[in-house]
Amino acid sequence: MADVQIVDLGKAFDQITVLQNVSLQVADGEFLTLLGPSGCGKSTLLRILAGLEVQGSGSVSIGGRVVDGVRAKHRNVAMVFQSYALYPHMTVAQNMALPLRMRRLTALQRLPVVGALLPETRRIGAEIAVEVTQTAGALGIAHLLDRKPAQLSGGQRQRVAVGRAMVRHPTVFLMDEPLSNLDAKLRVQMRAEIKELHRRLGVTFIYVTHDQAEAMTLSDRVAVMLEGELLQVAPPQQIYADPAERRVAEFVGSPKINMLEGVVREQGLVDVADSALAIDVEGEAGAAVMLGIRPEAFYVADRAGPGALTGTVRLVEHMGSDLYVHLDMRGVVEAVIARLLAERAPHIAIGQVVNLGVRPDRVLLFASDGSRIRPRRPTLAATASVTPIGEYVQ
Amino acid sequence: MTAAIDVFSSGPDRTGAAGKLGRGNQAGSPRDVLPGSKSRILHGPKLAETCAAWALAGPAFLLLIVLFLLPVIAVFIIALTDWQFGALSPKFVGLANFHEVFSDEGFRISLFNTMVYVLIVVPGTVVLGLLIALLIESGQSFRAFYRAVHFLPYMATLAAMAVAWEALLHPTIGLVNQALSALGLPTANWLRDQTTVLPVLAVIGIWQNLGFAMVLFLAGLKSIPQDLYDAADIDGADQWLDRLRTVTLPMLGPVSMFVVIVVALRAFEVFDTVQILTQGGPGHSSEVLLYTLYRESFQYLRTGYGAAVTIVFLVIVVALTLIQARFMDRRVHYK
Repeated sequence: MADVQIVDLGKAFDQITVLQNVSLQVADGEFLTLLGPSGCGKSTLLRILAGLEVQGSGSVSIGGRVVDGVRAKHRNVAMVFQSYALYPHMTVAQNMALPLRMRRLTALQRLPVVGALLPETRRIGAEIAVEVTQTAGALGIAHLLDRKPAQLSGGQRQRVAVGRAMVRHPTVFLMDEPLSNLDAKLRVQMRAEIKELHRRLGVTFIYVTHDQAEAMTLSDRVAVMLEGELLQVAPPQQIYADPAERRVAEFVGSPKINMLEGVVREQGLVDVADSALAIDVEGEAGAAVMLGIRPEAFYVADRAGPGALTGTVRLVEHMGSDLYVHLDMRGVVEAVIARLLAERAPHIAIGQVVNLGVRPDRVLLFASDGSRIRPRRPTLAATASVTPIGEYVQ
Repeated sequence: MTAAIDVFSSGPDRTGAAGKLGRGNQAGSPRDVLPGSKSRILHGPKLAETCAAWALAGPAFLLLIVLFLLPVIAVFIIALTDWQFGALSPKFVGLANFHEVFSDEGFRISLFNTMVYVLIVVPGTVVLGLLIALLIESGQSFRAFYRAVHFLPYMATLAAMAVAWEALLHPTIGLVNQALSALGLPTANWLRDQTTVLPVLAVIGIWQNLGFAMVLFLAGLKSIPQDLYDAADIDGADQWLDRLRTVTLPMLGPVSMFVVIVVALRAFEVFDTVQILTQGGPGHSSEVLLYTLYRESFQYLRTGYGAAVTIVFLVIVVALTLIQARFMDRRVHYK
């Protein structure tokens, strides 16, 4: 059991900054996900936590102990790799036993022939075998113990990798995109298993992924990373409904949030896309703002006019219960995507002109530098309690 | 080189050039038109594919027959005669040449010497090649330089290098003996002493093949995924010996197998150093198979006998390769 404290962490490779001023507290037993696109530094952060990489600056402590300069094996953390990193020449049992053998047997006892002759070797070896079998049983891979990794399916390898991490009861589990080598169906299944594993073990999990569905479904909190910076750390629903800045809003959510340029006409009224929306905003008349509107914040309106946006349908995607409608709007460069309930918008066809109403309390406002402009009254989004999370389709 | 790797690397793939080609084309393997296979009538595109397969595989197949299979058959036939080079009417003598080969003391010494030579050169080359590759890979600077330096002997003409070795090993003015005597160590007449000549030739053999082994090991080291080393670190195998045993050596298995086989074959074929430096002497103490073969066939002109030696040599080499490939293949590919 251990919490993880990261203070002001920095890292650069050959003058390219990979991490800057990353500070993060992970509570004991928490499931925290580092979410970000590839190359954002999340894997580097994880490797620093594991002790595989040395930070340029800052400090890491695990379970109240500063571990800077402590070797990976003495940190009592376990890591599951994207490639699983199983030793191909060892059987599943040997793979899982290795961390225990390295810790409990002396170098002499591990020697091939000599080791077997030493008195304690056999007893410790038997203990290890029992523990490996128990762990394998818990993961449902007991029947695979004699196989080599090459003879296993992706999902089975994944379980073996988890088993190898679990077998020595680490206080912190680090997982580096453990599901990205699996097919979509298996990924959903393993996602549930990892969640269950976390619940059962009750230890701290730090999970790296670029997949928001994984981040949203698994985590207690999500830390969104971009270009080496930690942008926001919050529970999944808050990340979605109340992003701290534009980059977070754009990264999280699928389909992507619509960004519309607007100009404040007067207190509480914003001109956007040839229309005007009544939005609770402070600001001088003429100030430029960005309106972030999630696709599901739209609804079909009866007529054009204030409070509604008008667009021409460019594309309709049927998703079963929902329709994703792509629209061209005057004064908006990119297509606006609206997610409408299929039953409410049955006859939308390409080329049709559609009026969309917008729930003002669901509009997120951003300044031109990307920072969030908070409404004067807390919006529905900020209170988060009744916010539909939406579905994170990949 | 790649062709050789393919042949050794995996069981089911061992179908030769024609099979490979068929696989590449997905359909239309040459088997489809072989007599005896299920008689299928070939139409349009299928026929075209089959023709293309044959057209592509054909030249290599033909060359294989002309340059390899036919000469081997010819040698085997010659081995059954008493033909002497230039003689007009060779006589069929059955297995007499083989009887003579196996009862010949000279041949047995030659075979024994070759074995000793191989048994020194192969482990020496593999261990030293691996060591140098590990050292180069672990160092940060001058990598390219070290690689080039160690690879040079493999590239250089051994005949020329042998002369340099002869100078080095000269009993009085050679650098080796001068250095040894300066250090107060015993000297020897390296190439004229029955006890030292074979080990010295083996050392030259190691020196020559080292670069080859090293380059392959370097390539092998590069292809080991970093994840495995990371996993080993976290699992606690972070001392150099543990890393070597847990990750490096097992992952180098396929490369090592290839190096062992190729170096063993090259060692079996040792000839030029013997020819230039010792001519098999002193006595028969540095006589090796290929040298015996050469002398019998081209100096004594006993072509029939030489052909018999060739066949024995071929059988040994092929058998050794097959045994190694079969035995090691299973152990290094972790299937």
